[in-house]
Amino acid sequence: MFGKLTWAAIPLDQPIPLVTGLIVILALLAIVAWIVIAGHLPYLWREWITSVDHKKIGVMYVLLAAVMLLRGFSDALMMRSQQAIAFHSQGYLPPEHYNQIFSAHGTLMIFFVAMPFVIGLMNLVVPLQLGVRDVAFPTLNSVGFWLTATGALLVNVSLVVGEFARTGWLPYPPLSELTYSPGVGVDYYLWSLQISGIGTLVTGINLVTTVLKLRTRGMTYLRMPMFCWTTLASSMMIIAAFPILTATLAMLILDRYFGFHFFTNEAGGNVMMFMNLIWAWGHPEVYILVIPAFGVYSEVVSTFSGKPLFGYRSMVLAVMAICIISFMVWLHHFFTMGAGPDVNAIFGIASMIIAVPTGVKIYNWLFTMYGGRVRFTTPMLWSIGFMVTFILGGLTGVLVAVPPADFMLHNSLFLVAHFHNVIIGGVLFGAFAGYTYWFPKAFGFRLHEGWGKAAFWFWLIGFYVAFMPLYAVGFLGMTRRMQHYDVAEWRPWLILAAGGAVLILIGIICQVAQLVVSIRDREELRDLTGDPWNGRSLEWATASPPPVFNFAIMPDVSGGDAYWTMKQYAREHGLQGNERAYRDIEMPRNSPTGFVCAFFATIMGFALIWHIWWMVLLGGIGAFATFVVFAWRDHDEYVIPAAEVALIDRTNLEQRRAALSLAGSV
Amino acid sequence: MADTTMAFAQGGSNGLRVTGESDVAHSGPAPKRIVTGYGFWLFLLSDIVMFSCFFASYAVLVGQTAGGPRGSQLFDLRNVAVETGFLLLSSFTCGLASIAAGVRNQRWFQAAMAATCLLGLAFLTMEGREFAGLVARGAGPTRSAFLSSFFALVGCHGAHVSAGILWLLTMMAQVYAKGFRADIQRRLLCFALFWHALDIIWVAVFSVVYLLGSAV
Repeated sequence: MFGKLTWAAIPLDQPIPLVTGLIVILALLAIVAWIVIAGHLPYLWREWITSVDHKKIGVMYVLLAAVMLLRGFSDALMMRSQQAIAFHSQGYLPPEHYNQIFSAHGTLMIFFVAMPFVIGLMNLVVPLQLGVRDVAFPTLNSVGFWLTATGALLVNVSLVVGEFARTGWLPYPPLSELTYSPGVGVDYYLWSLQISGIGTLVTGINLVTTVLKLRTRGMTYLRMPMFCWTTLASSMMIIAAFPILTATLAMLILDRYFGFHFFTNEAGGNVMMFMNLIWAWGHPEVYILVIPAFGVYSEVVSTFSGKPLFGYRSMVLAVMAICIISFMVWLHHFFTMGAGPDVNAIFGIASMIIAVPTGVKIYNWLFTMYGGRVRFTTPMLWSIGFMVTFILGGLTGVLVAVPPADFMLHNSLFLVAHFHNVIIGGVLFGAFAGYTYWFPKAFGFRLHEGWGKAAFWFWLIGFYVAFMPLYAVGFLGMTRRMQHYDVAEWRPWLILAAGGAVLILIGIICQVAQLVVSIRDREELRDLTGDPWNGRSLEWATASPPPVFNFAIMPDVSGGDAYWTMKQYAREHGLQGNERAYRDIEMPRNSPTGFVCAFFATIMGFALIWHIWWMVLLGGIGAFATFVVFAWRDHDEYVIPAAEVALIDRTNLEQRRAALSLAGSV
Repeated sequence: MADTTMAFAQGGSNGLRVTGESDVAHSGPAPKRIVTGYGFWLFLLSDIVMFSCFFASYAVLVGQTAGGPRGSQLFDLRNVAVETGFLLLSSFTCGLASIAAGVRNQRWFQAAMAATCLLGLAFLTMEGREFAGLVARGAGPTRSAFLSSFFALVGCHGAHVSAGILWLLTMMAQVYAKGFRADIQRRLLCFALFWHALDIIWVAVFSVVYLLGSAV
């Protein structure tokens, strides 16, 4: 009846996951109860859960990423404290639990923190920057988000029902094969990623179509803000790379569920094929993450330096070059696994070449700041912190791209330090910069600067204290993923690293405080102009938060830095024209399709993990029925009459005028 | 900043143009049909990337028979040729359905779709019999890595055809119930693209798996 699922799946003997899980469940129940009792459920359902508005979906993505960041970071704290303690002892985490923690940490941070964070920012900002009313496929956008949430949910269910993978964030066979991992841990991993992978693919298709087919009048390619370019590059890489992940995980699923021999040790299976396939996705993946962050830095640096981005075209070229070269370097992840000197040399050189376009970008940002009137706001601090940190991470990357050096450093903590250096310093700092920069656009008030700056400094210093020691112990020969160790020289460094993790924790507490304080003081931080930073691109040309249709009248673009150009023109020629010709606007109707579909996907995923076949069928039929019901509806759009558009727009204009005259009189 | 922030709000459609560029290089968002078709092409490309992984794994594992049967001992090319005939013919009838949808002819549309469905089912039946025969001879997917990759690649195509038939039946019902609405026409466009793409992939399967595989 319930496949492999029995009461034994509940880890009654392991207090840490059990208690954590119970607390999380109770907290969730409390939140749900509060929502229902306070009567917020209809609002939540109408305005958020069924929303197909790209802005709200973007916000929900970022929220998901933030919550998962807390979960992933608590894993990190546990690992750092375990390694600080477990010298000549077992520490407090038994090996099978410790192995799950590092696997879950990596999986969560890449797939359910970094990915949703950058995808959320892209969703929120790109249609606004292109001057259009939504993405190409709004309902699919909602489906994509909810499938990502399903994946995150399944990973977290593994905390209390069964176990998570103990194989690392990439389940290398033969360890991940049924023979060596007979439990459901790897299955949780596989189905979470397959389901959320569909969501990611859908988003990639959606964003590429949006950028290539839905730009407003006059928005030629070379007038697009850099963030749109990086979104295009990243989304194209999603389309090209994520199917590889899907296929590879499908092969591992076939091995585990039906006794196939893709990656087994017996019957001719080929383990190295897994390494090649997974990294053919995995290396582009890191660029999928970091390229949108490069886009954020470009916007932030140019806005807060009051200058157009230096070398715009070279930046476009660099982004597109990375887009292609990133598919040609995957083998550097396993130089030590027997490819031979010629192959290693080629991939080593390719890996060094890819640092060149990245270097070009760093110079572009530096020259953008040069001669500008730089405002050191929180987003700008994250950007400068990024430049310093990322150069360091890039240099250690070039170091491990040299095969002989890699032979010494492979799988050591040096490598762990390197990729945290680029992912925290590159992706996460960019996500935080974008979060602070675009928060007023999404909600109509700014985030508190003081708490933001405190968070930045704790994060930055915490990062260096936590990860520079790992470079050192890497040189001292410590390999990654050690549950305990007996080498006395490592210990001081690991204690120092744990201290760094505590500093980062304080940084995260500052971020939570920043959010709370900002919501409390929202009236003081209110932005009525829609353009709090004196911005350059079209998202600042509409109200904050923008109306559901974004632009009452779609803008007509006549140059790069579209909004800046408009402001400049007004400065030189004065304002012209007072009455605007409003028209009816058609907008897509809200739809519960995404949520319902994800509900069935959750059932199906859970059933597949536990081999409950009737439930798999139920989930599949439910998901199909949902799509048919969606396809059957007769009205998928509603019309906002011109009069209402005019009313909304005029209210916005009044508010702006009032705010501006107030600012002028001070 | 005060006056300039108002610029956009004031300007709007009244032609804010900085240099007197007369040519508008980009005329705005594309029509829905283009957008939908374009998005679906992107999906097909991603699907082809996925298939390419299974092709690659087949190419890597084709010699790994683990002492079991090889392709040349297993493949019945005559059977596969008939299968191919069914599938290619179904693409032709699918094309007829597209033409019928273009002129909004319900009867011809339903007939052509029904023919497409039957041809697709015939293809699936033959593939199923081939698979069942192999398993009965002890040459199932668990026998060797070569057979694993064979069953996965050909089965993946078969799963796509099955999903396509489910989609096809849904579209027949929808056109019957709702007629040739603009959004349904867009879905038909996507369905046709999907069905033809499966043909292209099958041509690759036929060449790489059956023809080249028979040589091993």
